[in-house]
Amino acid sequence: MIRTEELLLNVGPQHPSTHGVLRIVVKLDGEVIKEATPVIGYLHRGTEKLAESLNYTQIIPYTDRMDYLSAMTNNYVLCYAVEKMMGIEVPERAQFLRLIVMELQRIASHLVWWGTYLLDLGALSPFLFAFKDREKIVDLFNELCGARLTYNYMRVGGVKWDAPPGWIDKVRDFIPYMEKQLQDYDRLVTGNEIFLNRVKGIGKYDAETAIAWGLSGVNLRCTGVKWDLRKDEPYCIYDRFEFDVPVGKNGDCYDRYLLRIEEIRQSLRILKQAVEQFPSSGETMGKVPRVIRPPEGETYVRIEAPRGELGCHIVSKGKAEPYRLKFRRPSFNNLQMLPKLLVGETMSNLIAILGGVDIVLGEVDC
Amino acid sequence: MSEEQKREESRPAEPEAARREDAAEARTGGPADARVENAGEEKRDEPAAEGGRETVTAREASGGGSAGTEAGQPAQPQPDAASDQPASAAGAEAEGKAAPAGDGDGARAGDGADAGTGKSGGEAADAGKAAVDPEREAKIRAAQEARAARLAAKAAAGAAAGGAAAGKDAAAAEPKPPSPKQPWLDEAVELLKTEVHPEAVEEATINALSDDMPTIVVKAEHWPAAAKLLRDHEKLGCRYLRNVTGVDYETHMEVVYFVINMETKREYAIKIRTDREHPSVPSAVPVWPGADWPEREIYDLLGIEFPGHPNLRRILMPDDWVGHPLRKDYVPLDPEV
Repeated sequence: MIRTEELLLNVGPQHPSTHGVLRIVVKLDGEVIKEATPVIGYLHRGTEKLAESLNYTQIIPYTDRMDYLSAMTNNYVLCYAVEKMMGIEVPERAQFLRLIVMELQRIASHLVWWGTYLLDLGALSPFLFAFKDREKIVDLFNELCGARLTYNYMRVGGVKWDAPPGWIDKVRDFIPYMEKQLQDYDRLVTGNEIFLNRVKGIGKYDAETAIAWGLSGVNLRCTGVKWDLRKDEPYCIYDRFEFDVPVGKNGDCYDRYLLRIEEIRQSLRILKQAVEQFPSSGETMGKVPRVIRPPEGETYVRIEAPRGELGCHIVSKGKAEPYRLKFRRPSFNNLQMLPKLLVGETMSNLIAILGGVDIVLGEVDC
Repeated sequence: MSEEQKREESRPAEPEAARREDAAEARTGGPADARVENAGEEKRDEPAAEGGRETVTAREASGGGSAGTEAGQPAQPQPDAASDQPASAAGAEAEGKAAPAGDGDGARAGDGADAGTGKSGGEAADAGKAAVDPEREAKIRAAQEARAARLAAKAAAGAAAGGAAAGKDAAAAEPKPPSPKQPWLDEAVELLKTEVHPEAVEEATINALSDDMPTIVVKAEHWPAAAKLLRDHEKLGCRYLRNVTGVDYETHMEVVYFVINMETKREYAIKIRTDREHPSVPSAVPVWPGADWPEREIYDLLGIEFPGHPNLRRILMPDDWVGHPLRKDYVPLDPEV
């Protein structure tokens, strides 16, 4: 006699498709998921607690380790919050450098996503393409600040290092190269029958759900909500550049894929303008008191990180250390809808849906 | 910030005295990074002949003393009990922090203790210097006074913006042009009072430090109704909950919800205060499902209960963890961990 029973399965915490140490406890009926419970916290280092006994400059390297695929934007959000509280002016050249590294970072981050997502879905070669091209960006960062992943590049009031001679030219050369590569990417993957079958109509949700669950970034825009903080609440010098905010309409994994590719194109477009307008000389640090002490009070700033709204909420008591520092990490908020998306899906779709969210566990656990 | 303050901020005037003072202060805060940078600079700027251990000690102690007294300074103009810290407590704090800065170096640890005791330590050290350099001392003192005055001014400005009770007095004293976001605040307060409860709003301020964020303190018992109103009322329509933060203020706990209407870009920070003994804030999950994990995180790290939450369990810390780490009175059960 054939007997069926529910199977309880641990996906992760050590599994390539979880992109870090994430565990999902799934209840399976055959191949179909009845219930899914993400278990997080394996990478919790207590960044917010540690920050309470550090001064602001010392916190910057900790932010590198939150979303380690996008350390530049993390650096920026902290510096931006402190600058806002203290009314510090950032010099023009530093603003340009910040914008250029943040956009390069967005491209690098999306490239990692593109490569690993396709690897999850069973395509090995895109991963090699993506990492080869990301390497060029990482090399640029290495030349700029001496690190490949955790840059610790920005400071309150500016940036730590000026661009070395010829660096901007290298960025300029990278733009047409990447544009050409993107065409190859499209030819290689975007129209692929197997790929389309894995992602089209998978992990669908509508705009209302996305807003109610507080999703941000591509996860929100794939439903057609045009919400990009670079446009809607401009920070840094994004209001000076022309770029589009691509939105999807179906809210499925395929739309999220297309959006990320398109965002790389738009970032290249911003970079092209920024490189042309880059000031030939100037300071890279503004006037900043030696001990950084934001006035008593609080502020909440947010920026558009590659994964969505990255926020920083500082409560200051006028001391050199924050009284309370809270990061609103986009991966954390985006991941919480996962159980809802997974019910009724198959195991193989779990990989496609989870990968489509684009999480970084360093940021989820913080 | 006035022009004069800005100039002070950049402080080209007293580079030497100010730098020393800062170096000592940075040390009392115990920052490894800053110390390295400062040390490098001092080495570069100062002739080796002057760099005896003795002189360094004296300077540090005097600078540290000033840190002790200054830390109390900004609190003085505010009568608000919530944010006010008596000078002695602040001094004690400086002392506590000075000690770990010692780095296990005997001489340095001694300095730390001296620095913490405030003025007396500073004076003793000054005496040790045999008053060879009255000019420098005068400079240091001038820098200290200027800094204290600046801090006091900043604290007043911060209080005005931060929405402390004292802030209202300060704002009344120097009238500013109303923020363009003031109508949003007034409208929301009016609606909360008429539609929810006449006493639903405890406090309503514009937070100048956060792009004039309209900030409303809502009473906990009226929060569920207020949340519904914020989301559903046609004038407000804040359907997007962007962030939730919990803060332990030592006198009370606070949960801050940041909501926004994506079409009109009208946004609010809604604060709910709760006592520290049994902190509890009605959950916002029924209104914004996206509050689920953020509230769990706050429960986990601060111990605030969210009645009405469908699944209030720890999320970042292990399930059997004792205590809530982000509370200011948190003591690890096992210090080895």
